[in-house]
Amino acid sequence: MDIHEYQAKSLLAGFGVVIPPGGVAYSPDQAVYVATELGGSHWAVKAQIHSGGRGKAGGVKLCRTYHDVAEAAQGMLGARLVTNQTGPEGKVVHRLYVEKATPFTRELYLGFVLDRKIERIRVIASAEGGMEIEDIAHEKPESIMQIEVEPAVGLQPFQARELAFGLGLNLKQVSQAVNIILGCYRAFRDLDATMVEINPLVVTKDDEVIALDAKMSFDDNALFRRPKVSEMRDPAEEDPREAQAAEHGLNYVGLAGDIGCIINGAGLAMATMDTIKYCGGEPANFLDVGGGASPERVGAAFRLVLSDRGVKVILVNIFAGINRCDWVAQGVVQAAAGLGVPLVVRLAGTNVEEGQKIIRECGLPIVTADSLMEACDKAVRLARGEH
Amino acid sequence: MSILIDQHTRVIVQGFTGDKASFHAAEMMAYGTNVVGGVTPGKGGKTHLNRPVFNTVKEAVAATGAQASLAFVPPPYAADALMEAADAGLDLVCIITDGIPSQDMMRVKRYLRRYPKEKRTTIVGPNCAGIISAGKAMLGIMPSHIYLPGNVGIVSRSGTLGYEAAAQMKALGIGVTTSVGIGGDPINGSSFLDHMARFEEDPETRAVVMIGEIGGPQEAEASAWIKENMSKPVVGYVAGMTAPKGRRMGHAGAIISAAGDTAAEKSEIMASFGLFVSPSAAELGATVARALASVA
Repeated sequence: MDIHEYQAKSLLAGFGVVIPPGGVAYSPDQAVYVATELGGSHWAVKAQIHSGGRGKAGGVKLCRTYHDVAEAAQGMLGARLVTNQTGPEGKVVHRLYVEKATPFTRELYLGFVLDRKIERIRVIASAEGGMEIEDIAHEKPESIMQIEVEPAVGLQPFQARELAFGLGLNLKQVSQAVNIILGCYRAFRDLDATMVEINPLVVTKDDEVIALDAKMSFDDNALFRRPKVSEMRDPAEEDPREAQAAEHGLNYVGLAGDIGCIINGAGLAMATMDTIKYCGGEPANFLDVGGGASPERVGAAFRLVLSDRGVKVILVNIFAGINRCDWVAQGVVQAAAGLGVPLVVRLAGTNVEEGQKIIRECGLPIVTADSLMEACDKAVRLARGEH
Repeated sequence: MSILIDQHTRVIVQGFTGDKASFHAAEMMAYGTNVVGGVTPGKGGKTHLNRPVFNTVKEAVAATGAQASLAFVPPPYAADALMEAADAGLDLVCIITDGIPSQDMMRVKRYLRRYPKEKRTTIVGPNCAGIISAGKAMLGIMPSHIYLPGNVGIVSRSGTLGYEAAAQMKALGIGVTTSVGIGGDPINGSSFLDHMARFEEDPETRAVVMIGEIGGPQEAEASAWIKENMSKPVVGYVAGMTAPKGRRMGHAGAIISAAGDTAAEKSEIMASFGLFVSPSAAELGATVARALASVA
């Protein structure tokens, strides 16, 4: 799960990470109010969407007057921001973060990530902040420092010092940076994050080290024990169909094709999509009904797939282990009555005979298939209007 | 021969008395698995499915000589159950549970390293279908009738795609020594490479199928090892050619997963290390037949 910059900053501040003063605004009036509360003469108005690269896309405006703040807020709120990470459709801005502008002399990079290869948390730092880490890795690879955290004892102060000195900071800055590095690590560990990124970490004109931007992502599997993080979920940032799917224990990702897929298991779902493509068709979605696919859940899967108006055929491919084909077949038969599009069903595995019997005897025009290839081939032909 | 388990392996079930565990434990016994008991804290001393229930894994091991466990424990308690199994000295734990926090698995993996390699518990899973040595024993949730006893090993991240491979092979009269589901989580108990090495040593296994997915370095790592160390043909397949690129918010992960993460890249890596790459999931069985013919 991702959260907004202002939410990440508030969480990190709780672990001693120094951030500029700021406040959230949902309207131009609120933005001006926040700016007056903050005082000073320069403010940054920042669009809050779940994406990096906001600055380059016009999502961060430096303002010198309250009028500028109101104008920047007016321009951003409700507008679609297209960054290099959002895709061409962009994301609509619903919230702003107004921050006291911080003049700085240096921009640094600091990142924490759960590295699945070494099965540890990896800390990455570079003196070349302000640009994306891929670009740093490409243009100044020698500037990148990396440290692995031993899970038994956690990140040690000496490791944070190594990074801080490596960033070329002076003594006062080093001790501040060490606090920020250790604070980010504790937040990562204690909140079950999968990523913390401070880009840029800046040295201000007053010789202070502060986090000018912050991003955090969290392990969905650990949200059950992180209620404070779970509350930060922003439904406006999520695809409504994906959110609806999650409510039913389904995993859905919409795509551009016309063959709706209902499959159990992420691996088989991806393989089925690949096979549809191999047969010359285009999948309309990824959908994993998961284990324990009850008739209700199968029904929800059908509704979800059909909510995509581009779907011309539905392909159900279930290889039951922990699922039972007879349960799935009951759900399919209930959902298939009155279905406006052709339906191809392939069942295999646990209780397959019972499941196939239910499909055969239901009297509905369901096309059956015994193998993955046969199922995909039939679905592709039906999508083309062949029979 | 087979790897990891056979009909003699003494097995306990952790989380024994739960509904799903009971259903699958009964299936395992019906298949011939030597289930000698189970563990549910607080239910020790009772009998379930005609087998004794224990409060702790240590008690179960002392009373039954258990060597392996199937763990059916909810996510919040899963890491604890794995460490308990390791501490009790089990050789093998297979964990089906889906949804375990990554940092919990990270700590489990670190905990295992306190034991010398020869005494270290092998964890298979989490978020997997389990292990089956065809015709001998099953430690998992798979539909056992799709596995014909034979000479091919299967290692798969995806449960259902592993079933797909076994069923296609059976249709061609090709059987399985052992099928291992290593699970789809970012941090697995054991990797493709761990099991590939076991299959290489197993005299009965003549070929191996490796079924991967997008993301992570495991398929590439195993492929490089296969090229250097494996005398048997290996069939490779990676699901996710059509998967949309993940929408990431930040980029800290990019630096360590920049290359070799997509299905196309992984397939290419597999081919470059001499694996028989199946052109689609529907041709896994046919590709295994081709690989077997190459050493016939």
